[in-house]
Amino acid sequence: MSVTASVRKPLITGGKTAHDVTEDICRQVEGKPTKLWLTAMAISLGALAVGAYALLMTLWEGIGMWGLNKTVGWAWDITNFVWWVGIGHAGTLISAILLLFRQKWRMSINRAAEAMTIFAVICAAQFPLIHMGRLWLGFYWALPLPNTFGSLWVNFNSPLLWDVFAISTYFSVSLVFWYIGLIPDFATIRDRATNKISKVIYGSLSFGWDGAAKTWMRYESVALILAGLATPLVLSVHTIVSFDFATSVIPGWHTTIFPPYFVAGAIFSGFAMVQTLLLVTRKVYKLEHYITINHIELMNIIIMVTGSIVGIAYITEFVIAFYSGVEYEEYAFINRMTGPYWWAYWSMMTCNVISPQLFWIKKIRTNLAATFILSIVVNIGMWFERFVIIVTSLHRDFLPSSWAMFTPTFYDMGVYLFTFGLFFTAFFLFAKFFPVINLAEVKSILKSDSLKIRKKEDARDMQEIEDLENK
Amino acid sequence: MKESKKTYWKGLEELAQDESFKKYAEKEFPEHLPVNLKKGGFDDDGNSSRRDFLKLMGFGVAAASLAACEAPVRKAIPYLNKPVDIDPGIANYYASTYVNSGNYCSIVVKTREGRPIKVGGNNLSPVTKGCVDAQVEASVLSLYDDARLKKPFLGGKPSSWNEIDQDITGKLRSISSSGDKISLVSNTILSPTTKAVIADFREKFPNAEHIVYDTYSADGIKSAHDNLFGKPVIPSFDFSKADVIVSFAADFLGTWIAPIDFSNQYVKNRKLGDGKKTMSRHYHFEANLSMTGANADYRVKVKPSQEGLVVAQLYNFLAKKAGAPGYNTPKVDVKFIEKAGNELWSKRGRSLVIGGSNDPSVQTVIGKINDLLGNYGTTIDINAPLNYRQGSDKQFAGFVNDLQAGRVGAVIFLNANPVYNHPQGSDIASGLEKVKLKISTSDRMDETAALCDIAAPENHYMESWDDAEPKPGHYSLMQPVIRPLFDTRQVQESLLTWAGSPQSYFDYLQNSWRTKFYDKDDSALGFQTFWDQVLHDGVYKYESAKDVSNADEEDTSGKPLTGIEDLSAQFSDINKNYKADNSGFELVLYQKVGLGDGSHANNPWLQEMPDPITKVTWDNYATISLTDAKALGFSMSSEGDTNYANLTVGGASVKVPVLIQPGQTKGTIGLALGYGRTHAGRVGDNVGVNAYPLINVSGNILKYAVSDDVNIAIDPERTKIARTQTHQTIMGRHIIQESTLEEYKKDPAAGRVFPKIATSEGFKPPGMISLWKGHEFNNHHWGLMIDMNSCTGCSACIISCQAENNVPVVGKQEVLNRREMHWIRIDRYYTSDEPEEELGKIQTLRSLEEPSDNPEVTFQPMMCQHCNNAPCETVCPVAATTHSSEGLNQMTYNRCIGTRYCANNCPYKVRRFNWFKYHDNDQFADANPSMNSNLGKMVLNPDVTVRSRGVMEKCSLCVQRIQAGKLAAKKENRRPVDDDFTTACTSSCPADAMIFGDMNDPNSRISKALKIKEKDKTNVEVGEPRAYHVLEELNVNPNVFYLTKIRNKDSEGEEA
Repeated sequence: MSVTASVRKPLITGGKTAHDVTEDICRQVEGKPTKLWLTAMAISLGALAVGAYALLMTLWEGIGMWGLNKTVGWAWDITNFVWWVGIGHAGTLISAILLLFRQKWRMSINRAAEAMTIFAVICAAQFPLIHMGRLWLGFYWALPLPNTFGSLWVNFNSPLLWDVFAISTYFSVSLVFWYIGLIPDFATIRDRATNKISKVIYGSLSFGWDGAAKTWMRYESVALILAGLATPLVLSVHTIVSFDFATSVIPGWHTTIFPPYFVAGAIFSGFAMVQTLLLVTRKVYKLEHYITINHIELMNIIIMVTGSIVGIAYITEFVIAFYSGVEYEEYAFINRMTGPYWWAYWSMMTCNVISPQLFWIKKIRTNLAATFILSIVVNIGMWFERFVIIVTSLHRDFLPSSWAMFTPTFYDMGVYLFTFGLFFTAFFLFAKFFPVINLAEVKSILKSDSLKIRKKEDARDMQEIEDLENK
Repeated sequence: MKESKKTYWKGLEELAQDESFKKYAEKEFPEHLPVNLKKGGFDDDGNSSRRDFLKLMGFGVAAASLAACEAPVRKAIPYLNKPVDIDPGIANYYASTYVNSGNYCSIVVKTREGRPIKVGGNNLSPVTKGCVDAQVEASVLSLYDDARLKKPFLGGKPSSWNEIDQDITGKLRSISSSGDKISLVSNTILSPTTKAVIADFREKFPNAEHIVYDTYSADGIKSAHDNLFGKPVIPSFDFSKADVIVSFAADFLGTWIAPIDFSNQYVKNRKLGDGKKTMSRHYHFEANLSMTGANADYRVKVKPSQEGLVVAQLYNFLAKKAGAPGYNTPKVDVKFIEKAGNELWSKRGRSLVIGGSNDPSVQTVIGKINDLLGNYGTTIDINAPLNYRQGSDKQFAGFVNDLQAGRVGAVIFLNANPVYNHPQGSDIASGLEKVKLKISTSDRMDETAALCDIAAPENHYMESWDDAEPKPGHYSLMQPVIRPLFDTRQVQESLLTWAGSPQSYFDYLQNSWRTKFYDKDDSALGFQTFWDQVLHDGVYKYESAKDVSNADEEDTSGKPLTGIEDLSAQFSDINKNYKADNSGFELVLYQKVGLGDGSHANNPWLQEMPDPITKVTWDNYATISLTDAKALGFSMSSEGDTNYANLTVGGASVKVPVLIQPGQTKGTIGLALGYGRTHAGRVGDNVGVNAYPLINVSGNILKYAVSDDVNIAIDPERTKIARTQTHQTIMGRHIIQESTLEEYKKDPAAGRVFPKIATSEGFKPPGMISLWKGHEFNNHHWGLMIDMNSCTGCSACIISCQAENNVPVVGKQEVLNRREMHWIRIDRYYTSDEPEEELGKIQTLRSLEEPSDNPEVTFQPMMCQHCNNAPCETVCPVAATTHSSEGLNQMTYNRCIGTRYCANNCPYKVRRFNWFKYHDNDQFADANPSMNSNLGKMVLNPDVTVRSRGVMEKCSLCVQRIQAGKLAAKKENRRPVDDDFTTACTSSCPADAMIFGDMNDPNSRISKALKIKEKDKTNVEVGEPRAYHVLEELNVNPNVFYLTKIRNKDSEGEEA
């Protein structure tokens, strides 16, 4: 009796060779911009321009351009901030945590996911800046810099200050992690470059990569160290963002469940965003062999799991509000469901709790169109989640005399549009000029998993044996 | 040794010995150093040197950068010769008198560097007792009103005083000789000296007459007292002595006759504590929910068409008890009338019945009721009448007739604006066309002045000399606190000039006081000393006059002098004019607490002051009941989106927004006067609609309630009403803690709620559990106590705070955006009905959102609570809001970066954000002139920063006043005491509802009022059982305490 190990399904299909990988990915970088890309870029730049107008007016006239009021001091600004930060979780999670867990399937998606992370965090970082009444002073007063104002120092009790540290640390580490990964691929492009400008640019971007074994070894260890650094950050960033609310006294904010609930929500929305972007990239760049149905299915499972965690968190919040016996807490949650913003609450529930449950059905989670739609639905839901937490908690808090409604203005929407413009402009530039898939890493999983190679090697072995026999 | 032939050269030049080398060979520096240049900095070859280049460049860079940073133009110019009594940075206070269309207040004006910036009450006045109201507080802003005329106008063109004086005296002479009437039209004049000037004028021009009218007539009361006592006066009332008060739609705390005096008296008998366990009981019968009605213990909804019958019913009820004759009247089913009657009867001589009606018959019956109860001589003093309303409707009607008949040759409007504020305004306007000489002395080109040939603008009262006599024997002086800002002249001076008198009014006034008072005063002092003393005090009590009149009254007080006994004429009048069941709509015209008769319409502080009841700013509107609104199809969203209504009264019609008002009597509509100005100025023009033409003029009586021919219909167009509070009810929360007097007598802590927090060691009061160590207050510990039983909701504190703390006005749109900036607000809560059956949680909460049909109302002044565990302080990333060592929560504007996190985390939502730049910004030039024009900026308090855009602000408990008080004490080397400081809100409160002080000082009023027990340096333990913290369960530990609201009503069972 013989035991046969079942052969794992290959992670990259289509029997790609290392050369095929290089060709497939570099083709996009080296080729002329396509019409589709130019159109997409133009739309992004248009959004950026309209958004920049709204942003400029806000900065010029004051925060009063938005729909905020004496009762609702934050609305779209911080909603957008938390939303973008949440989205910015997936990349690092995929690269760092999945790297540590040796999930090799991550290799074909981590580059784009990390890029998305960086851009999302950049977008997120706009809001804590823009929402300040006096940005021209706030941008450096919020940092603990030695100064000549006397003994003035920042307030280390304030969660907003923790945010400053959390976001900037996360951004720096993610950026370095992403860039380190890009270096060998830049070198590949540099080596293939035929025109001088590309050679110079990619040459400098690749930091003189020589591909030596020692270099590879250092590369591997830096990646591992950074992964180790980034892993706690994935959890800490949204934990700290959640402290903005959790440490306050406002019913609906003052909740100890927020840190895990926010992290789960962040992963949830981040994966959905990765899903949205990858499905498009895959199609446009014809990367079906690299980003396979298997990848999509695995990500959908993660979305389903985190969506369920989020759903449980919502329900827990309610139970605790009632269990607390605090009338303000109870009211805050009843008001979410039945108050004037009921539609926001039920949009959130539908999009975040109900829709991901559809992924239990294999047909849906392996269906590209369904996945695409649901991935967008999830991010709509996650936007509403933050809106619900921020606006419906604030608009009716303790004293009924101050209860108010929030209505967004063009400028609220415009500044949100601005970050969309920023995000997609950056992402399209990335997709055109940077390798969207990690060449070096993907090549490492070809050998072990590609049937084509195995067959070729088998054939070569057979040939060798034959040759030997012939001798 | 051979001599060396070697030659060393320094260079090829030496070898070659060329000319240029030889020229400088002997010099230390062989190169040509251009040190002795010719003028202009050029060397022989015309090239400039390196040094010069550097010099020029250095200068150029320095000059360019200097020019780039433009030095701000500072307009503060130091005194060349310092006036004796002005020290920069030190405020001066002058006693003076506020008078505006019959309203009176004795005041103290605070000036800084010669600019009046704040009005406060004069504590020496026995009439107003240091109290003020919102209009008085706001009047300082009117001084700097840009709409004031800057010089006289003749025929619509700028002119000079000489020119118009010549024109006027010439014309007056010819009109006088022609025999046509010369009419002087004014509102009530409180000044005896001004009256003397008018008398002199009439002496000079015998066919001159003085017509007096009031913008809200109280002629009915005068006629009634003429009927009853033969004295056409408004008697003085003393609410403090009354144990039972029954008011028939008299808004005596808000707008009726003398609200400042009445508020102060009223709350005296509403306060509890210090062993006092009694308070007055207040019944209020009215159609609109007025501020006074909101304070009543029993408020009953009555239609104006029933009012006369209800009064008659009360009379008959009491007459039966007193054995006086009764009269037949139709029966009206009104709640509590018999209960009120019984209580009045049991408190005979210690009760008070008043009515707001202008109907002499109704007022006569009310007078008779008071007579039956023996209130004349106790709570009502007919011998000390109030002078506030002297107008005669009959006289004015005669004037309008004369005007239209062309019998008037000249008319002089003495600060009166009847074209706007009299129901016959349009008749007057048309009649004016027939008048040869039309003069207005208004301070602005108002509706009447615009129709006159000559505008002879009057000074603001802060630029004028005058006196006032609010009650017989009580006098006060008005003195200028600033030189006239414009080329204006006070009206008395003009009249003297036109009558050909060479005297200045100041001399006239002094002479008059010399002969009237000083000569009769036994004082051994010189006149100047006497004058200075009166001027210093602001008030003067002429004792001898009182003594004389007292002697007269001895035997007659409390008894009708020549009064009628038989009321059958009045009753038949009432039976004719009032109906028990009027099916049509009725309109009730009222004045708002803020804007009054509309003379202050151009004052943005008052325009933006939320109405105490509706919380609406910048508008008037038709208030209707929910039942009527539903029937007529009106709807209103919580955010103020509402229908317009077409309101037709007789022939007149207006289009007004509709506001659904709890407590509004079904079938009635309320509409405020004082809006819809067209010639008030940039702020006040076209705000709301003018309701004066809707006043019913029947015979010679002005009726402010119209019961016939009133129609209201929905207009499809929608509009928005800007309210500062849109949620009306308390939602069953313990923010307001209240009880009844009965319960309070049993347990002084009645109504208090003591929250407990569950811990592992059982339930604990919130104060026992804290993350914080607490602050130590070694020196002072400031606290504020607010008695909700005293607060009437009058909103004087809001304006006082606005003036003191440079709070910007933001305009209607920004109020709609819910961004008003007031540091103190008065939360007004309605009660909601108990659900009839047991409901689920969600339905219960829903039902709590709907106010009752006739709700109980509570006012809760709300400002920064100065929490000792402040949620705002911990969240600010830059530590811009911190706790002081004296318990104040301080806001450092300069440090604020505007994250708004503090405002979000404030459980009381008292923080205000500068959404825009409110100063020096054209966008706010109309709404906020006090920060956008050089003239307006004169009102700013230099001790308080004008906040820039993007920073948070809030109540500081007037830290600048605390600091000034501490410094004053320090200079005298003593501990500061209560008198050294008050906050602006506390100082303005006519109800004395707020006490501010040092809780570390056991002798301070607040320590005594709160009964502070042995206090350690951190915690305050309060012994007053009524005192509580709003949201105590959060343990934010505020330094502001509230006292429970106690209503004097019977327990529920008996009531039914």
